[in-house]
Amino acid sequence: MADLLIELFSEEIPARMQAKASGDLKRMITASLTDAGLTFEVAAAFATPRRLALSVTGVPTSTPDISEERRGPSTRAPEKALEGFMRGAGVTRDQLEEREEKKGTFFYAKIEKPGRAATEVIAEAVEAAVRNFPWPKSQRWGAGALKWVRPLHSIICVFGGNIVKFEIEGVQAGNYTQGHRFMAPEPFTVSDFGDYKAKLLDHNVILDPARRATLIADTAQTLASAAGLELVADRGLLEEVAGLVEWPVPMIGKFDPDFLAVPEEVLILTMKKDQKYFVTRDPATGKLANKFIFAANIEPTDDGTAITQGNQRVLAARLADAKFFWEQDLKGKLDDNLGALKDIVFHKDLGMVSDRVERMKKLSRYLAGFIDGCDADQAERAAELAKADLVSGMVNEFASLQGTMGRYYALAQGEAQAVADAARDHYAPAGPNDACPSAPVSVAVALAEKLDTLVGFFGIDQKPTGSKDPFALRRSALGIIRLITENNVRLELQAVLAAALLGYLDQGNVLIRAKIDEKMHGTADDLEVALGVAIGVHRGAELLSFFGDRLKVQQRDKGVRHDLIDAVFAKGDDDLVRILDRVAALSAALETDDGVNLLAGYKRAANILRIEEKKDGKAYDQSVDMALLTLAEEKSLHIALKDAKAEAEAALTDEDFEKAMAALSTLRVPIDAFFEAVIVNADEADIRANRLALLSEIRSAVNTVADFGLIEG
Amino acid sequence: MTVNFSTKGGMPFQTMILTLQSYWADHGCLILQPHDMEMGAGTFHPATTLRALGPDSWKAAYVQPCRRPTDGRYGENPNRLQHYYQFQVILKPSPADMQALYLGSLEAIGIDSKLHDIRFVEDDWESPTLGAWGLGWEIWCDGMEVSQYTYFQQVGGIECKPVSGELTYGLERLAMFVQGVDSIYELDFNGNGVTYGDVFLENEREQSAYNFEHATTEKLFQDFSQAQAECTKLLEAELPLPAYEQCIKSSHTFNLLDARGVISVTERQAYIGRVRDLAKGCCEAWVKKSAELAAGTNAVRSKEGEA
Repeated sequence: MADLLIELFSEEIPARMQAKASGDLKRMITASLTDAGLTFEVAAAFATPRRLALSVTGVPTSTPDISEERRGPSTRAPEKALEGFMRGAGVTRDQLEEREEKKGTFFYAKIEKPGRAATEVIAEAVEAAVRNFPWPKSQRWGAGALKWVRPLHSIICVFGGNIVKFEIEGVQAGNYTQGHRFMAPEPFTVSDFGDYKAKLLDHNVILDPARRATLIADTAQTLASAAGLELVADRGLLEEVAGLVEWPVPMIGKFDPDFLAVPEEVLILTMKKDQKYFVTRDPATGKLANKFIFAANIEPTDDGTAITQGNQRVLAARLADAKFFWEQDLKGKLDDNLGALKDIVFHKDLGMVSDRVERMKKLSRYLAGFIDGCDADQAERAAELAKADLVSGMVNEFASLQGTMGRYYALAQGEAQAVADAARDHYAPAGPNDACPSAPVSVAVALAEKLDTLVGFFGIDQKPTGSKDPFALRRSALGIIRLITENNVRLELQAVLAAALLGYLDQGNVLIRAKIDEKMHGTADDLEVALGVAIGVHRGAELLSFFGDRLKVQQRDKGVRHDLIDAVFAKGDDDLVRILDRVAALSAALETDDGVNLLAGYKRAANILRIEEKKDGKAYDQSVDMALLTLAEEKSLHIALKDAKAEAEAALTDEDFEKAMAALSTLRVPIDAFFEAVIVNADEADIRANRLALLSEIRSAVNTVADFGLIEG
Repeated sequence: MTVNFSTKGGMPFQTMILTLQSYWADHGCLILQPHDMEMGAGTFHPATTLRALGPDSWKAAYVQPCRRPTDGRYGENPNRLQHYYQFQVILKPSPADMQALYLGSLEAIGIDSKLHDIRFVEDDWESPTLGAWGLGWEIWCDGMEVSQYTYFQQVGGIECKPVSGELTYGLERLAMFVQGVDSIYELDFNGNGVTYGDVFLENEREQSAYNFEHATTEKLFQDFSQAQAECTKLLEAELPLPAYEQCIKSSHTFNLLDARGVISVTERQAYIGRVRDLAKGCCEAWVKKSAELAAGTNAVRSKEGEA
């Protein structure tokens, strides 16, 4: 057994790639070892800005010997056959053994394959890993052909204290590396992982990214506390910063408090995104403080004054720029920006952003009618202003502040709070975990924004395919689902989609118009149907089933069974709130004994029906003839079905799905009794037909709530 | 060489340029002069764009004035200029010790790497107008970006073999850092009382006014079309060098039109695409022609050998 140490030393690896890269190195090398039959105890991988390192302990020094026995031809076989066998097995005549068997005497060869030296396996494994490393982006350098994330300078490959010798495109594996670029640049040799880690530390490199992160977080905390401030924790930033330094030295800097007049989102963005600084807050007020914390990658020869002053100067210049944009933007009004939206293309076949704003205005007003407490005028006004900040100086400079700035500018020009908030929140929710707007005006505009996107792109056949979704339509659909279901917005999705499509038609969108004309052959008299056909919002058609799929994905994460959604969706309902209520009632019922047995009874009835209907080539959906019901179990089932169906239907009208399911669940007993006592395929044709009709009644009664045929189990 | 330092302690602007030139000359670079045309970045200089292509070794350094019309602020912003200087180094093939060479150049202009925090921060480079890309970093000095460092992978849509390493120093930024001043216009130019503002402030005011207000857009549109046509004609005549100058011209004219705000978002892509097509054509023609010339030289050599 021996321990293996690998280091791939290169020029600076982008911070965002380091964690995955160290994992990939571990995965690739250990897989190669295992494939070759080499076991190991523990493997651990690390990354710094300049190196990937891997330690593997307890690796055998060679792969196991393999001993194999092979049966050859009969001793009576021609000489040629024997020669071929010996060639294939790599043995000579004197190494063969003869064995008597029932069918005669046969030759046997014993092949001994000695194990390979682990060093050979390791050399091959490292070379394969280097040549096939899955960097997101890699490059060539100099006159060479090798690709790595940045130029690769040296490789450590030490096994059991010795160098494993190999070479990849001129880079020799060895046992030396370098420490911190500026604090301890001289090369040094290492004998094993423990030695490597310790010497790196002596040369001002902390190998483990988790240790660097902890050190940064702890020191930052101490610096903030000493200044009487609260550090704003940021896990993502911490990991990034830990990937930018080998020897983190956190320091605290400050900026002119005058800059605090600029919205804090702008200040935070500048500090965090551009400069990788941690921000602090005043614990008393919760407001952003004018102090920031950053991690230098060096213990400087002074007390850190030069580095701190330098960083303060850079930040001041950036904040001055931001303040300039803020003040410039405040000189005008959002309404002044609307004209400029005529010059921004939304999509070449879907018009300019100004066209989109016009459509969103109408749609928001229309949607306001479905949202409790939504003021239609405010919804329309919010939609009008929602995109106006796109041409402001600030958003031009910091694109990710779209919406955020719109809210500030709307408030500054005296718009209602609800209008301003909607300008900010109408992009949300941006994903499954993003906060979903709940303020009525925000919900209206956020819905309008996404409906307009979805319908437009489906209308011009720019649908997502496979992993390609360039216009993020899946996210739009998910956003619509969340906005509707989380706010209990009761609406018919098909009608709303048609209204969104009408917006495009009113603007004379020729592509979408042509699509409708083509599909309807110019005979559309019902516009809503025409629209539905055009973009496939009708049941079973693409856009609605796209919603169905998104709904299943979204609900799956909440533990809801996809087959129950299919079962309810198949009923043709397009009110998402009602659909989920129904699914919930169905799901609860199926957890009870009655529910499980009802489902079993239904399946049995449906199966018999399917087989018999197929055999006879006709449907047994005629009315049950009371006179032909002979057995008590038949009669009581028929009565129970009639009652249960009526009760379920009444409950459905009241949208009391629990009650509907309860009514159906009472059928369990009569159905079970029926199957126990009655033979469906009776000899008398008329009785058999009548019993099949009774089964058909079961099917239709149960299917009032959901298509039970689609439920699994 | 006598170096005059300003009262604040850092190297004067012109001394910094002289120092960088002599540093890179000592490391084997040809010291070239700016290309005599308006361009948005030192990369456009034929000594970088064209020389990055083909198999021959090449090492050069030069100052290139850069014009970015949209960055003009009428001399009112202490950090932004529509005209500034880049110091450009190209090393082909990129040497193994290129990072060390670069850090040596910072040392030469007075940046103490044990006192300051110097970092290589991921910044991949792509020029849609040149059809070029590479990987590299921006170099941070105490949080300030002072240089761009790129390993060219493709130029004009053509693979770079060998790979060139390109260094671009933002001279004004770097000088601000070295001198510790907060405004470009306060930079000590010569160590003898002349500031950057004395030389360039009025220029920034007037050129900003030209770029944003007075440039005649009809004429610019004509210039663009003419440069495009001329470039195409010259490519047909197999004259890649003058053709490439027309490409540079079209690129700058586009930048001016952009500053005048007369190019819509949709048209923007189309214009960039037109410049890229020209650049690609020039690069391809240059590679073809230099290969022919090299083959010709070899042919002559082998004939001489025969004789």
